[in-house]
Amino acid sequence: MFRILDARRLASDVKWFRIKAPLAARNRQPGQFVILRLEEGGERIPLTMAAADRESGTIELIVKAIGATTKHLCELEAGDDIADIMGPLGKPTEIHACEHAVLVGGGVGTAVIYPLAPALREAGCFVTAITGGRTHDLVVLEAELRSVCDDVCVTTDDGSYGFKGNVADRLEELLSNATKPVGVVYAAGPVPMMRAVCDRTRPHKIRTIVSLNPIMVDGTGMCGGCRITVGGQQVFACVDGPEFDGHEVDFDELADRLTAYRTQERTALERFEREHGHACASTRLTTA
Amino acid sequence: MAMSPKDRIKIQRQSMPERDADVRNADFKEVNIGFSLDLAQTESVRCLQCKDAKCTCGCPVGIPIPEFLERIADNDLKGAAEILLGANALPGITGRVCPQEEQCEQFCVRAKSKNGEPVAIGHLERFVADWARENMDIRQICAPATGRKVAVVGSGPAGLTCAGELAKCGHDVTIFEALHTVGGVLTYGIPEFRLPNKIIEAEVDRLRQMGVKIVCNVVVGRTFTVDELLTDEGFDAMFIANGAGLPVFMNIPGENLKGVYSANEYLTRTNLMRAYEFPEAETPIIKGDRIAVIGGGNVAMDSVRTAKRLGAKVATLVYRRSREEMPARKEEVHHAEQEGIEFQMLTAPLRILGDENRWVRGLECQRMELGEPDDSGRRRPVPIEGSKFVIDCDVVIEAIGTRANPLLTATTPDLKLNKWGYILVDETGATSKPGVYAGGDITRGSATVILAMGDGKRAAASIHAFLTANAECAVAR
Repeated sequence: MFRILDARRLASDVKWFRIKAPLAARNRQPGQFVILRLEEGGERIPLTMAAADRESGTIELIVKAIGATTKHLCELEAGDDIADIMGPLGKPTEIHACEHAVLVGGGVGTAVIYPLAPALREAGCFVTAITGGRTHDLVVLEAELRSVCDDVCVTTDDGSYGFKGNVADRLEELLSNATKPVGVVYAAGPVPMMRAVCDRTRPHKIRTIVSLNPIMVDGTGMCGGCRITVGGQQVFACVDGPEFDGHEVDFDELADRLTAYRTQERTALERFEREHGHACASTRLTTA
Repeated sequence: MAMSPKDRIKIQRQSMPERDADVRNADFKEVNIGFSLDLAQTESVRCLQCKDAKCTCGCPVGIPIPEFLERIADNDLKGAAEILLGANALPGITGRVCPQEEQCEQFCVRAKSKNGEPVAIGHLERFVADWARENMDIRQICAPATGRKVAVVGSGPAGLTCAGELAKCGHDVTIFEALHTVGGVLTYGIPEFRLPNKIIEAEVDRLRQMGVKIVCNVVVGRTFTVDELLTDEGFDAMFIANGAGLPVFMNIPGENLKGVYSANEYLTRTNLMRAYEFPEAETPIIKGDRIAVIGGGNVAMDSVRTAKRLGAKVATLVYRRSREEMPARKEEVHHAEQEGIEFQMLTAPLRILGDENRWVRGLECQRMELGEPDDSGRRRPVPIEGSKFVIDCDVVIEAIGTRANPLLTATTPDLKLNKWGYILVDETGATSKPGVYAGGDITRGSATVILAMGDGKRAAASIHAFLTANAECAVAR
């Protein structure tokens, strides 16, 4: 069992956790993830570690309530236990030393790019973060980003806060006006957002690394469910990734494969909401 | 009650009682019911008690077969169990999944005569193991603690066997398992209808009683490296049995359509995650009405029979050679046939067809004929011109093998590998790294449960010898 030590709501459907998981914490590097199973009979889901501390044996996760499992997880509080946490998994982020690194996080994808900032600054980069959400309430980790980045830009689709528009639009503006030339862009978030970021960086030939979130079961390469196409080659996100050269990723295929269980996800969500006494809200079921 | 060889010869081989094919193909309960005491005794008397028993030589763990059969015939089941358990730590498992027709039973003298059938050694092994589990205190007496620590990586058949043998010798054994449940391929791969989980749980409980510690959710190569276990964590020796690894895909068009699975994923969702209980168990699976499984081995057979049980109206096995070349156990092929599986032999898939929403709608295939033998000694399948056709299906499962998992080896540079990435071992199971041994699929590519167990047993003997010069505990072979 893995005990939740601390839990805090960051937005209406986003929650931050600090969890005792010494084995996952001990060798964790930025970019790596865990596979978690809440209880007996639960599904296994991958989640990027936002941080980890070897001394205290703890990891931090930031979770958006989307499907049955993540909604269930977001109802847990300090003192509750999680049945299984396995990790660290995946390759650590490639830290690309250059004059100016830009981190782009869409929604809860911000939790994936946030831990890269300290490593990039250590490598000598000026670090700009662009984070955004549909509306002000969905912007997460702004204060945390400000504490580890040199510059932070916030966007909202509805203009309720910061730059009006999406993160890719804000990135484009930055790329045309940046006084320090941008050497690398890291992006994490919904597939359309990552694709849009890659479309903006491609003309500038800026190295763009995306963190992908395909469907996974075991997380050790055994099942091949997380296979994606990068540069025309089949790769497994769990052992070859989860980060890849965004200019080579087949985003259409990734987005399509993420919808494979949409019907079952709806069934699971309805069942969860029935059992946990919620009104069945219309919810986006996949991160595609 | 002594019976003359002449009388013994007259007795016909007893068949395994099975659940009715039309009932069992709709659930996941075990197909084989098991011998009754009567059947077991009748069958065991068929053994001619050869002085130079070839059956034992055909057994990768060297079970003294005539001896335990004689005890059954004498109604001394406890004696039979003691002999069996002395040589084989997991008889309830091997009695169910071993390819006996290629091992012990192949060498049975009774199979040599015209129309002769071998003694049903596998069925009798299962009988004794099941009897022992229910009627005996099968806790193993272990040697006094040696204070030496051994890490076992992986809790599949090789790891469990090695751990049991080492615990018997008094060593302090810890098994590290990557998944949340113990058993490796026995749990995620082999379906419950062939090997019920309760059998695995009983074997694992026995190891725990012997003092073996089991830590789940540890991926050696990521959570700990091999070197960290040997230095920081103070292990004196290690056995690596982390299993097969990454599924191979055919590399034909359409493999990333929705509805295409590797057999590993399909079986893991069903067996480990119990997707057949969805939504009570939360892992989903695409069930499909018409399912095509590509391959001819036991994994293909497990997949196609699972598809039927998940409710497929048509479950078809597609294999590019003919039935004679199929590597699957004969019993599995026979059971599959009884359960209504369709066989498309001499058929090679060319591409997977999708609909406008990228869901699988068919498998385009080509008929083959057998040509000259290839490197494997089997006749090479050759395409027949103009024989393309489409199998209508909504799920395609590829069961064509695996390649080496790089997670452990990539972080252990001084571990020598062969050109396919599998760990090289010598005849004692030793790797190129002192104190580190390996066995099972990470050294063999892909093999059987019993060969993995043989590796575990051999490595345990080598590790014991490595840890202590004056071996007081006799580990067989």
